[in-house]
Amino acid sequence: MSWSRRQRLRLVRGGVYAATITALVLILLVVDWGALGGALFKWGIVKDQFPDILTTALRNTVIFTIFGFAGGLSLGLLLAIMRLSGVRPYRWFAATYIEVLRGIPLLVTLLILGFGIPIATGWKWPNPYIQGSVPLALVAGAYIAETVRAGIEAVPRGQMEAARSLGMSYSRAMATIIIPQAFRIIVPPLTNEFVLLIKDTSLISVLGVTASTLDLARFGRNGVNDTANATPLVVAGLVYLALTVPLTQLAAWMERRSKAGRR
Amino acid sequence: MRIEALHKRFGSNHVLCGIDLYVTRGEVVCIIGPSGSGKSTLLRCVNMLETPSDGRVFVDGIELTDPDCDLDRARTSTGMVFQSFNLFAHMSVLDNITIALRKVLRQDRSAAEAKAQKLLTRVGLAEKATAYPAQLSGGQQQRVAIARALAMEPKVMLFDEATSALDPELVGDVLRVMRELAEEGMTMLVVTHEMDFARGVADRVVFMDSGAVVEEGHPDQVIGNPREERTKRFLANVRKRD
Ligand SMILES: Nc1ncnc2c1ncn2[C@@H]1O[C@H](COP(=O)(O)OP(=O)(O)OP(=O)(O)O)[C@@H](O)[C@H]1O
Ligand SMILES: [Mg+2]
Repeated sequence: MSWSRRQRLRLVRGGVYAATITALVLILLVVDWGALGGALFKWGIVKDQFPDILTTALRNTVIFTIFGFAGGLSLGLLLAIMRLSGVRPYRWFAATYIEVLRGIPLLVTLLILGFGIPIATGWKWPNPYIQGSVPLALVAGAYIAETVRAGIEAVPRGQMEAARSLGMSYSRAMATIIIPQAFRIIVPPLTNEFVLLIKDTSLISVLGVTASTLDLARFGRNGVNDTANATPLVVAGLVYLALTVPLTQLAAWMERRSKAGRR
Repeated sequence: MRIEALHKRFGSNHVLCGIDLYVTRGEVVCIIGPSGSGKSTLLRCVNMLETPSDGRVFVDGIELTDPDCDLDRARTSTGMVFQSFNLFAHMSVLDNITIALRKVLRQDRSAAEAKAQKLLTRVGLAEKATAYPAQLSGGQQQRVAIARALAMEPKVMLFDEATSALDPELVGDVLRVMRELAEEGMTMLVVTHEMDFARGVADRVVFMDSGAVVEEGHPDQVIGNPREERTKRFLANVRKRD
């Protein structure tokens, strides 16, 4: 008996469904849900996380993110313009900077700048927020620079030519014609950079923290130490999701809308 | 406007091979020629969007090829209209026209907008001031682009196939604006495939091929009774297409 292509596909799909359902049922039966729930999501402990997880930990995560993003965006814009400049040393500097900072893990850069340099030179960071945000911004700037550059390159060449033909200088044309259009193009990818940054702030706590500069991740981890239960980290994870999911959805919506608008 | 011994090379590609061209005040010169003959490149050398490899360009007595020339300033005396309009997509029609007046010539907003409104009336689009480019037809966009260039009160207007990207029924409106401009005495250098326009409006027609001027003269002569073999062949091809 020979099967048509469509019949074969239907058979394979049926097999996959059956295997998945079997696996789910097995998991349901084998796992001790009561014990797991007690270890990961114990109501008493959940309640104890509040309000500090919001008033201290979330607040600090937001502060690190916003400082990091503001610095990263300014630096990224500057690097993108240098990367596209006609002046060769600028191009080289920007290209090297971007390559180096994207090539080193954020954790290592954080340790070098936030930890290694003070130990080696005796110089001290003025406060923990700056100590955490500056390395974050320096790395974010390298990533954002590439996003901004792609946005600038996506603006049709004719826009620059029209601006120059009206007597605008290169920098005036960049500032009034090219960059405003580039930003409309890159708002969705920039939103995604922002989300990445929110998550990356969780690495800052390796620099050592005081009670008042705990971020979400460190707050959760300390909670686990205190309670011998995983609930505090799970709650921290949920707070991250409350920040990131709406933003990624927003970015996806903006992307769909701009695609529809271009048609 | 004067071009002397102009050469332009892109790498090993010699696109303009010694062009000499003189356009007096109020004259309308149409440039015709096959695709790739260097017409656009010539026009773009006049306002230095392309840097000539050799030769000199003068507009209104100022040498743009002089290394000491302030190009941003010099470009305000030439207006350019592009095949693809190139209106600023993120700005309203009014802002498209006023932005250079405000940022380059430092006029205040109300004076610039009054002037823009007058120009829009002149190109027949007075009611479109608040529209965005994407909301306009190609013909309307091109007329806004002409108004935008005129706002700077240029001495010379450069048109690079201003109607080639338009649907046939929209070409007429743009050509009418260009014809009126010519009648008002604007100095114009026009690259076009519209032979009727060239014949009716131009004071002189220049036929270019392979980066050189092959033939130039009165439109009735160059288009009506060409001397050169290459001009005849080109015109025969154009007629066949129509
Ligand atoms: N930026 C550039 N870099 C390299 N080569 C170029 C560039 N611009 C134009 N050229 C080359 O110069 C030659 C002349 O181009 P140009 O656009 O001036 O022709 P044209 O006469 O305007 O043609 P068309 O009627 O198709 O617009 C072409 O061979 C083209 O490939
Ligand atoms: Mg051309």
